[in-house]
Amino acid sequence: MEQTGTAPILSVSGLNLHYGQAHALKNVTLDMARHQVTAFIGPSGCGKSTLLRCFNRMNDLVESARVDGSIRFNGAEVNESSTDVIALRRRIGMVFQQSNPFPKSIYENIVYGLRIAGVNDKTTLDEAVERSLKSAAIWNEVKDRLNDSALGLSGGQAQRICIARAIAVNPEIILMDEPCSALDPISTLKIEELIEELKSKYTIVIVTHNMQQAARVSDVTAFFYLGELIEAGGTRKIFTNPEKKQTEDYITGRFG
Amino acid sequence: MKIFWKTGEPYVLATGAALAIILVLSLTLVGTVMTNGLGYFWPRALVQFELKDGSRALGQITQQEKNPISGERRLQLKVGNRDVFGQDFRWIDEKEIVSRTTPVDAVLLERREHGNYFGMLQGVTAEGMSLSGGSPYEKLHQARSVVAGKLDDTRTIKKQMSSLNTTVEGLRLKLQKLEYRGKEKNSSEIIELTALREKTMAEFSLLNEKATATQTEIGRITAQFTDSAGGGKDISLLEIIALQRPNSMSFFAKCGAYLERVRELLLDDPRESNTEGGLFPAIFGTVMMVLLMSVFSLPFGVVAAIYLREYARDGLMTRMVRIAVNNLAGVPSIVYGVFGLGFFVYGIGGSIDSIFFPERLPTPTFGTGGILWSSLTLALLTVPVVIVATEESLASIPKGIREGSLALGATKFQTLTKILLPMATPGIMTGLILSMARAAGEVAPLMIVGVVKLAPTLPFDTIYPYFHMDRKFMHLGFHIYDVGFQSPNVEAAKPMVFVTTMLLLAIVIFASSAAIYLRNRMRGKYTTSTF
Repeated sequence: MEQTGTAPILSVSGLNLHYGQAHALKNVTLDMARHQVTAFIGPSGCGKSTLLRCFNRMNDLVESARVDGSIRFNGAEVNESSTDVIALRRRIGMVFQQSNPFPKSIYENIVYGLRIAGVNDKTTLDEAVERSLKSAAIWNEVKDRLNDSALGLSGGQAQRICIARAIAVNPEIILMDEPCSALDPISTLKIEELIEELKSKYTIVIVTHNMQQAARVSDVTAFFYLGELIEAGGTRKIFTNPEKKQTEDYITGRFG
Repeated sequence: MKIFWKTGEPYVLATGAALAIILVLSLTLVGTVMTNGLGYFWPRALVQFELKDGSRALGQITQQEKNPISGERRLQLKVGNRDVFGQDFRWIDEKEIVSRTTPVDAVLLERREHGNYFGMLQGVTAEGMSLSGGSPYEKLHQARSVVAGKLDDTRTIKKQMSSLNTTVEGLRLKLQKLEYRGKEKNSSEIIELTALREKTMAEFSLLNEKATATQTEIGRITAQFTDSAGGGKDISLLEIIALQRPNSMSFFAKCGAYLERVRELLLDDPRESNTEGGLFPAIFGTVMMVLLMSVFSLPFGVVAAIYLREYARDGLMTRMVRIAVNNLAGVPSIVYGVFGLGFFVYGIGGSIDSIFFPERLPTPTFGTGGILWSSLTLALLTVPVVIVATEESLASIPKGIREGSLALGATKFQTLTKILLPMATPGIMTGLILSMARAAGEVAPLMIVGVVKLAPTLPFDTIYPYFHMDRKFMHLGFHIYDVGFQSPNVEAAKPMVFVTTMLLLAIVIFASSAAIYLRNRMRGKYTTSTF
């Protein structure tokens, strides 16, 4: 699966998306590099979450959504009807804005992705649970109560369980849709540190409202406005020396 | 004043008042049923009145009131002895009473026929039996235990007879089938079967003779009683089901008698056109019918709701189906009964008969009311409740949970079975509880698709194939209607109506509690509030 280091893992070109009559994404072209954190920023309704949901075809669930253009994942087209969506979603994990642990035990939450893929070997599952909980930096907090319901966890813990759940199936990319927007500052900090660590193993695409967060965690930042990709580039460059006026206005807080 | 209205306090009071009214109404209902039902079995004193005209009356006081015409107080006395007096009850004006006593040896007899007998025991006639006891009462007890032993024997004989009867009937049907298929009358198979049938029938009549002989033997043992009017009565011990002397019973003896009556109620067959005896067949029929109904309506309802909510495209058609389903719940139940009769009984049942049991026609097998058709009719009636409840609980699951599962590479079906259905189960159970309560209380449609006043056999027994779906059955709801309003002796049957109502309520409450318990356990499992 590993390709040459320079080739982009995700490559979007000429992507348009309509929700019924509304034109939500307008001719977006963007490459995302392997083992990097890419942040999508922009005001509400600018299409950044919509784009994120295009990568693992979650927009299929929206009946009115119509996508055209190309998204290539490791060179293979995502937007084709012949694409195996189930396999695609196993390789591109996702973490949502609201933590959404299943009403099961912590253990069963983590192994859910493996179980539905047909893995039922106890040792494999145990190993996966330990590995992914450690990767998600929550092992020490929950190792003694793996059989308790995941619904009893705090918001920050639940969100890290969701990250661990995504990691458990060994994806190549983790999509994060405003993972910290419902969390307190300390939990947010923990998640941000986690993103920093996960970068070495996974490619991360994160949507965020919080520009400081984008500046702290990402290597590349893309700014969206009204469905258009205005500017994308190295995070430092975007935040210190943006090329476009709109980007500058947004990051200096003049609108949005 | 204006401020008072603005605080919103009056509205809170109004909601509280509404709740209070509902509570009072339901408590009144339950209270009435309980007081009338629970007291029925308590052995009440037998009171003897001397009246001004010199006559006497013996019985249990059932109620007291003002005479609506003369304004005098009067009391209603259950005097029993219907075969002698013609009526079970009589009114006595209080001013007519000279004295009232509770004679210690007044006897209450529960008889197989003609209701209770109140009177005094005079003696026992038992030919060929040596009774050692001194008083006639002790003698009667001895005789009764001997009779009980003999009755047990006849009961075993009767059981054998009934199994022989089933064999004979089976052979008859087999022969009928062979003849229907055009076998020659003198073919070896038919001759063999006919011989077997005749042999079994001979065995049957032999047993029958034996049983009759024992019966007549027991029938010769009688006890002599006198009633309050002075008339004598010779009563065979076969007729006597129970006897009490309530006036000389201690409190604990009364408790024992009470429990014995409750046991009889729960486990015995009814007597005297259902106004006496037990309710076991009706309880059994009700429970079995409700369970069968659940077996049909739960899976169908859940599957239909899953399709409507998860798979059907949300369009005009889906919306119309949903409206239709909701309206189905409001169709009068008798309409379902008529539909069940036409569709299930005559349509499907008739077809089954003409395909599988043509030799029995014109006697219907499935083409007549039965427990299967009743359950199916009620399943149809309650399936909208299950559909609505399931849809509601599926709809209330947050979108994030579905997306979380799908984003991990689960298929829609996996998400449904592993996440959504377990989460929806408490809601589905609520629907099931409602539908079970409704089915248990429904009478009108059952009257035309399979409920009868008295079913000779249960729809489940030890004879292959154990479940007899074609059989008619008894039902507590219908029992209430039948005993309360169709019985020849309504006044005497009144307590039975309350008792039956109480039992029906108890069954519904029991079933609901069991389901609620299950639901709460699941709720604890699938939802824990976070904060």
